[in-house]
Amino acid sequence: MQNPTFAPLSASSDETLLDRLQRGAFEYLRTYADPRTGLVADTSRPGAPSSIAVVGFALSCYPVAVEHAWIARAEAAAQTLKTLRFFADSVQGEAAEATGYHGFYYHFLDMRSGRRVWDCELSVVDTALLIAGVLAAAAYFRAEGDAVETQIGKLADLLYQRVDWCWAANGGRTLTQGWKPGYGFLQYGWEGYNEATIAYLLALGSPTFALPSDSFAAWTRTYQWENLLDVDVLYAGPLFTHLFSHAWIDYRGIRDAFMQAKQLDYFVNTQRAIRVHREYGARNPHGFAGYERDLWGITAGAGPTREQAAGSTLRVYGYMARGAPYGPDDGTLAPWAMLATLPFGRDDALRGTRQLLARYPEVCREDRFASGLNASLVTQDRPWLSEGWYGLDQGLLVLMIENALSGLPWRLMRECAYVRTGLLRAGFAGGWLDS
Amino acid sequence: MTDAIEQEWLRRTRPPDWQNPKPPAEPYDLCILGAGPAGLVAAELATRHGLRVAVIERRGVGGNSLHAGSVPSKALIGAAPRDRGGPKPDFSAVRAHMRGVRARIAGYRSIDRLVARGIDVYFAAARFATEQSVLADDVPLRFKKALIATGARPEDVSIPGLDAVGCLTSETIFDLEVLPPRLAVIGGGSLGCELAQAFARLGSHVSLMQRQPKFLPGVERDAAELLTRSLELDGVETRLNTEVIAAHVESGERMLDVRSGELRFSIAADAVLLSTGRVPNVQDLDLSKAGVRFDAATGVTVDDFLATSNPHIYAAGDVCVRRQFAHVAEATARLAVHNAFTGGGASSSHLLIPRCTYCRPEIAQIGLHIWEAAERGIPIKSYTVLMQDVDRAITDGLDEGFVKLYVREGSDEIVGATIVAARASEMINEVSVIMNAGIGMRRLASVLHTYPAQSGAIYQAAMAFARNQPAARW
Repeated sequence: MQNPTFAPLSASSDETLLDRLQRGAFEYLRTYADPRTGLVADTSRPGAPSSIAVVGFALSCYPVAVEHAWIARAEAAAQTLKTLRFFADSVQGEAAEATGYHGFYYHFLDMRSGRRVWDCELSVVDTALLIAGVLAAAAYFRAEGDAVETQIGKLADLLYQRVDWCWAANGGRTLTQGWKPGYGFLQYGWEGYNEATIAYLLALGSPTFALPSDSFAAWTRTYQWENLLDVDVLYAGPLFTHLFSHAWIDYRGIRDAFMQAKQLDYFVNTQRAIRVHREYGARNPHGFAGYERDLWGITAGAGPTREQAAGSTLRVYGYMARGAPYGPDDGTLAPWAMLATLPFGRDDALRGTRQLLARYPEVCREDRFASGLNASLVTQDRPWLSEGWYGLDQGLLVLMIENALSGLPWRLMRECAYVRTGLLRAGFAGGWLDS
Repeated sequence: MTDAIEQEWLRRTRPPDWQNPKPPAEPYDLCILGAGPAGLVAAELATRHGLRVAVIERRGVGGNSLHAGSVPSKALIGAAPRDRGGPKPDFSAVRAHMRGVRARIAGYRSIDRLVARGIDVYFAAARFATEQSVLADDVPLRFKKALIATGARPEDVSIPGLDAVGCLTSETIFDLEVLPPRLAVIGGGSLGCELAQAFARLGSHVSLMQRQPKFLPGVERDAAELLTRSLELDGVETRLNTEVIAAHVESGERMLDVRSGELRFSIAADAVLLSTGRVPNVQDLDLSKAGVRFDAATGVTVDDFLATSNPHIYAAGDVCVRRQFAHVAEATARLAVHNAFTGGGASSSHLLIPRCTYCRPEIAQIGLHIWEAAERGIPIKSYTVLMQDVDRAITDGLDEGFVKLYVREGSDEIVGATIVAARASEMINEVSVIMNAGIGMRRLASVLHTYPAQSGAIYQAAMAFARNQPAARW
């Protein structure tokens, strides 16, 4: 059955299509925000906690929404201030029920109380995504003489400056992934390129707890430069790893030592990663339904569970960071992922998205993409589709569409002195950094 | 009571009625401590040069590789079903196969052959008495040169209660007569992963625990992640970042108390395999009496030419090298004997060491790791071919894995490789020949390979390199 909301969308112009999908994604962030804390739900499922990363995306999306007149500036500023106040006033400490520690925050928080849930970790990279949102909001809401916006700026400084990045390095040269009460720092190794670049840039730009400048070189030492499917690329498997820090940082024309040696930049590298994903879709080595050069998007997200795939020969992974071409790959595509690459290749992103919408219209309800589609797992003549919506998908989509349309998120962060300092201390030079 | 296989095994490795020879009046040219791969190769090489040789062996001829290492483990892996979910073989038949294989291979390096070469074999505990003499039990043997090749043994790990619970090591697991329904494996290195997968395919429910964030810490991320998925598809319960902190018996069951993050729980097992590493056999050798420096953790201290701090004594194999493999033991033994008797300067650091973990798929490596290259300031580009894009891998239905050739940027020099494939142990040897011969990617791209072949992946990587270069003029 055709989705009634989408049916007219498939025939709409690119402009309308983008506007509706961007608006639909933003409305998730507004609809699923707690009115008291400002925290935003990780997913639309009942009882879902907040993910601090989703909050970071939401804070960055309010300026976009103001510019599109989807929300009044005063309302957006008030919502932003409420959220920042919540974090500023939240309990920081070693106790398991605190909201954060050393300026970092637990990955998942109770929507109402803000307390840690699921015994989750104090997350370095998710805190970085939150702080990126805080700084983006502060860069936008800075109208002189406006008490609310002035307060946003002050709280943003407070929240950023109290993040003790040095503590999170646990005596080493590189950041740990996190910490847990009663256990200590997580041992999970970070090897190779991934979404943590944003954490390093923020850690290097800190006026209070800056990492030593050689920490970025230590981090990039595990990079692997590959010729993969005939593409030279700094590899990372899941597509989101090539997108997350790009939601805020305009990498066009700026290069660190690694990229200087390769004579390209991280923006171009993401374009190349997309080529790898499209080529993988064309080769479709496992013969999954739907995969094509113009239908791709393998990344982290929801997928069918073993229980849901019972009776099928398909080996499935549930919620998983999927990657191409090494895998894991169980035939699950992230419907939002192609459109999230819009700044890196408008034609490919739109052609893929239209192809997806035409073939699997059910992936988009209320102008909002589901997290996962597995067309190889069909029950009752319908491909498997994840339930509800995921906040990270929606937040990333709002920012990436906006970066492609107006560049507002990139522009805001280019104006952020902390980010600029972080980039320079990481060894980035050239392009807009030189101006 | 011993069966025919056992009798053959003993006859070849340590005959029950063996009588140690009477030491000669003159010192031996070469006295070798240990009859493993290093000791046997050294003895053979020395006698080929007309030297008088004694070998002192504590256990049986063949060393760890034959008794409790590569040979029995590969026999076990070979007997495990190739297809996931296939019928489980009878474990007693698997065990008979493994013991038969071991006894058969023992024939190629049997004690008869040593004796036939004029080698004096002493089954005894060896310990140095002076700088140029050693005791075989209490019998003094003098030597002009000695080679320490005593190998390594499973590391003892201090886990409270583990001794009382009882655990298997690589030296005892191959003696199992009954397949344990539940096997807990502590340690996710090569042997731990290999045996975890093999026992899972044989029908055990296996829990594999690894303290570190990935299995096979010495391999790159993509290989380790692929292995993890493969283990899980075989039904192995994989537990990374997990430490066994204690063990106890509860209602007659072996229980391992485990910490994973802030979680603590217990795992019940019918058998526990401890596979956390190996330590060199330097204890009880009285090395200080011979003036040989050593370290309990790293073994006998040797220079690049395998000479110890005593100019009369050399060392080879697991007792002194980081890469504890039979083929490395043999190679270092050849170098050590050569250097001991020629005064030559054959260097061990120039050895290119191919190595493999024999899981399914196999994971093989040679040369530099990516991170080693980075530390040395060598810029690398990995030319990667997925096995899923290799015709023969597709036709065989064995398309898991990849070939990565690490090439020094700005050149066509191959400095290392990682291969994950059904027969990576064979394919890596092509890369070994290529690297030893100094063949670069350009020339490799012009070397014909049979089609279709799994090793076509190596050729495809070279062709990717060729495509990556500016087109040459016609």
